[in-house]
Amino acid sequence: MKKGLGLRSYTIFYLIVLYAPIIILPMFAFNNATTVAFPLQGFTTQWFSEMLANTNLRKALVNSLIVSLSSATLATVLGILAARSAVRYSWPGKGLVMGSIMVPLVLPEMIVAMSLLVLLLAMGIKLSLFTIILGHVLMCMPFAVAILTSAFQTLDKSLEEAALDLGENAWSTFRLIVLPLVMPGIMASFLITFTISIDEFIIANFLGGGEPVLSVFIFTAFRFPATVPPVLALGTMLVAFSIILLTIAEYFRRRGVAKAGGKDSGGFL
Amino acid sequence: MTTSDEKPVMIEFRDVHKYYGDYHALRGINGTIKAGEFFSLLGPSGCGKTTLLRTIAGFEDLSSGVVMIDGKSMQDVPANVRPTNMVFQSYAIFPHMSVAENVGFGLRRDPRSKAEKAAAVEEALEMVGLKGYGNRAAHALSGGQRQRVALARALILKPKVLLLDEPLSALDKKMREHMQVELIRLQRQVGITFVLVTHDQEEALVMSDRIAVMFEGEIAQLADPETLYRRPNSKKVADFIGTMNFVPAEILSDESGKIEVEAKGLGRVTLDASQAPPARGEAPVIGLRPETLTLLYPGQVPNDQVVDGVIDEVIYFGDMTYYDVYLGGTDVEVRLSMRNVPGRPIMDVGSKVQVAWSPEALVLFR
Repeated sequence: MKKGLGLRSYTIFYLIVLYAPIIILPMFAFNNATTVAFPLQGFTTQWFSEMLANTNLRKALVNSLIVSLSSATLATVLGILAARSAVRYSWPGKGLVMGSIMVPLVLPEMIVAMSLLVLLLAMGIKLSLFTIILGHVLMCMPFAVAILTSAFQTLDKSLEEAALDLGENAWSTFRLIVLPLVMPGIMASFLITFTISIDEFIIANFLGGGEPVLSVFIFTAFRFPATVPPVLALGTMLVAFSIILLTIAEYFRRRGVAKAGGKDSGGFL
Repeated sequence: MTTSDEKPVMIEFRDVHKYYGDYHALRGINGTIKAGEFFSLLGPSGCGKTTLLRTIAGFEDLSSGVVMIDGKSMQDVPANVRPTNMVFQSYAIFPHMSVAENVGFGLRRDPRSKAEKAAAVEEALEMVGLKGYGNRAAHALSGGQRQRVALARALILKPKVLLLDEPLSALDKKMREHMQVELIRLQRQVGITFVLVTHDQEEALVMSDRIAVMFEGEIAQLADPETLYRRPNSKKVADFIGTMNFVPAEILSDESGKIEVEAKGLGRVTLDASQAPPARGEAPVIGLRPETLTLLYPGQVPNDQVVDGVIDEVIYFGDMTYYDVYLGGTDVEVRLSMRNVPGRPIMDVGSKVQVAWSPEALVLFR
């Protein structure tokens, strides 16, 4: 028997299980049939035009982009502040505060969603996209803080001292030295929190107050056979979009690593 | 080495204390650094030398006391406006910038034109021997080159004081020795005060006009290299600087500036008061440097005192040989060094020898 055959076949099997469902998606998105079943019937772009014509879908898409961009931006900005403070300064109760930021990572999302719903209703806050964003920031913060903490940790403190020593103040040092050097971490945090937010369903469903976002729309659409193929087209576009986004992010990350003279130890891709 | 007595004071420490929580890192530092001086803070790791350097730069808040630079108190003066610049141990070269951008970083707020600044950068690079390296990426440089960039970057602002935090520790031996000479040359050229932190006593002796030896947050001795080497003020300093033999001794009499001692293995000897630093209440020992002891070869006439000895160990160093010798039939062992010149064969272990020594080279610690 050839050496390593066992491991090799395991790897191939693993990759098939992982990616076959995603390959199925575009296959049926271009399939000229209303039912999702083999054999394939022929090529069509009908589902894509149908999808683009669907006003509800377009609205859900816009809503999702608003929610995800806002959540990712907020979580990353707050994450920068938290990570910077955790890495550089010591203050009373730091362990407790940083620990509580990470808690949503282990809490069942259903519980978080229900508690938030009860709380928001009790406070008399109307459910809207804004309440989804609040929930998503809560869920995204642990990821943003984890990624950004490691980015700030790799930053040599004497670089900042050198900038101060050469006449810069705290803010210009942050802008000229810290920010450019942690930029790959910021990009990674933004992309990952964006991804988490855009496919999140439970909080979006509980706190949306009738404002549909993509995940909720897809869940609803899948219950009616007629709307399944356009949803597959939508999924295909989302996958393509993700691949493009991650490729761009990886390009910037590698360029950042090369510019900083570091050894590439594999990115978030 | 220049006499620094008549030079004006550049830096003054007035009872500087620094606590990290309960840890007392600096325990009442007093002393002055003169203008234009090459000054070293020397000590083992954890002695507070880097902390003291950072109090000059403004990176450490003092618990009490004052640091004065050029006659002005640096209390409440932040690092970015102090007339000091620093070369960091890690060099702290900004990895996302070119060599020229690194060197010119401090000129960002300079009102001069772009062309004038570029000329200043090129001049600074030339001074450290990196002419034409401006467009290189900073991360593509070798250790020695990074250090030169750090130097150019700090010197371009023409500070009153240049602070160097163990700048040579990351270099290999050859490069280190080369850079020592370059730093001395550079200091003479620019004429500004250099304050160097190092744990390498040899480096401090080679480079400095004056040295402060630090132990456990205190300055143990502040003196020029020769005084430090020939007349250390404590056993601890003597042990830290170079090699020093210690021979147990008994004080017979101490009056009118003359101290009579019975040194084990050497016999009775009278010392001058200058050979005995202030008493610390320790058991008396005589200190002698290896090179002040000489093996007598057959036919040589001593002009010093002579004592019999037996060679216990021979350590060959190429240009030098170290001999560990039992003195005068006792169990007192000293190390002595002999230059290996023609006509001086290496002696064997067990040989009976004569050791010449001179009373002026002794120091008494008590």
